Amino acid sequence: MIAPRIAVLDYGAGNLVSIDQALARVGAQVSVVRDPASWIEARPDAVVVPGVGAAAPAMDRLERRGLVTPLLDWLRADRPFLGICLGLQLLFEASDEDGAATLGVLSGRTIRLLDAPTLPHIGWNQVEQATGHPLFDGIADAADFYFVHSYAGSPNVPGDNVIATTQHGGRFPSAIGRGRTVGVQFHPERSGDDGMRLLANFVSLIAAEQAA
Amino acid sequence: MLRRRVIPCLDVADGRVVKGTRFVDLVDEGDPPELAERYAREGADELVFLDISAAPERRGTLLDIVERTARRAFIPLTVGGGVRTVVEMRDVLRAGADKVSLNTAAVHDPDLISRCASRFGRQAVVVAIDGRRRVGKIGIDPSAGDQPPIWDVLVGGGRETTGLDAVAWAERAVALGAGELLVTSIDRDGTGAGFDTDLLRAITERVGVPVIASGGAAGPADFVAAVRDGGADAVLAASIFHRRIHSIASVKVAMADAGLSVRLTPEVAA
Repeated sequence: MIAPRIAVLDYGAGNLVSIDQALARVGAQVSVVRDPASWIEARPDAVVVPGVGAAAPAMDRLERRGLVTPLLDWLRADRPFLGICLGLQLLFEASDEDGAATLGVLSGRTIRLLDAPTLPHIGWNQVEQATGHPLFDGIADAADFYFVHSYAGSPNVPGDNVIATTQHGGRFPSAIGRGRTVGVQFHPERSGDDGMRLLANFVSLIAAEQAA
Repeated sequence: MLRRRVIPCLDVADGRVVKGTRFVDLVDEGDPPELAERYAREGADELVFLDISAAPERRGTLLDIVERTARRAFIPLTVGGGVRTVVEMRDVLRAGADKVSLNTAAVHDPDLISRCASRFGRQAVVVAIDGRRRVGKIGIDPSAGDQPPIWDVLVGGGRETTGLDAVAWAERAVALGAGELLVTSIDRDGTGAGFDTDLLRAITERVGVPVIASGGAAGPADFVAAVRDGGADAVLAASIFHRRIHSIASVKVAMADAGLSVRLTPEVAA
């Protein structure tokens, strides 16, 4: 099997070391992409958008680096994509956090967690699988993953896109999937063995597609 | 349900893990990335590095340790000690930390909390508060019987007083953008006398962000008390883990037995 090439988008939203290292450990060839030229050069089989923080500065930096157009083209063509935390939230239409318009490839909004006993929601919480999505192959239902956020997709995100949910006060979608676009609100690169398993599953999905 | 976290703290000086009693008398306890990986394997929910070195080349050494750790331990990492600017925070996050804890610099320049939170999100900003008990004196009505305790905020590794009240400072730090508080009792730190649950309770009753309890752990029962009596979301300890007096597993099993929700990894449950 040829190692799938994964482009990790760097738009200045924090720690990239963990996700790079974690993807490399599960067999991906990782390139950090900062602009359209490095994107083309990376010739990726899949794109990963990590990130924490607020939507408006993130959209602003993606725009300034010329990454919004290639990203939208990629998502509209249904090429393999994994959004992590903010990288998932950017797929929705807009964010209540700062009113920013986001990519809008998934219907729904990013809203503040409802009825949360503490905010931010920081720590390990159970991810309850709604469907048998291959991203969760070999991972027990209600396994613990690490979260660090105050906002998430609204509960009225279309149900067939929700592959897992989590409860902190109210219930929110913690994993989303539509076609080859997947996104998780938790941090697999910070979630120990189950997190590594999820990333390995993502890499396997890309590899299987290349082989087909 | 959100789990209560158990967090080993690695006090780092000049590239090594050290531990002192009441912030002095440092003893070498190992290589940071190696200890970090061991703790991740043993079920630590998160790691905290506190850089307490004084050497001028400290920053390069710290960033190197953070990066080597992020390559080996796939659990969250918070780094504290000497971060004074947004740029320094950016460098620590880039090296592989998920959160930065601000202490002395935040007391001297409270707006630093806001600047860091607006740049990186409040979830990345931990404010560490070192509190020391000062019984009586301010705002106490002696006719009301018991004197509720008051805690002073200390900075500079517990050496300098600030004139700040710990509970009031906690509320202000959250208002400025702190996403989490790391509350250390200077009276208890390194003594094994248990956490100051009064201090924890006084703060957790007043803020909505997660609070990490620190200073004084001797055994599993102290972890239970920090959560149950202090209202802490997470509990931090150093020496009892480094010296293998207690394992993370034994602490978590005790917490689970007390009815607290904890993450039991296969190694812990075994």
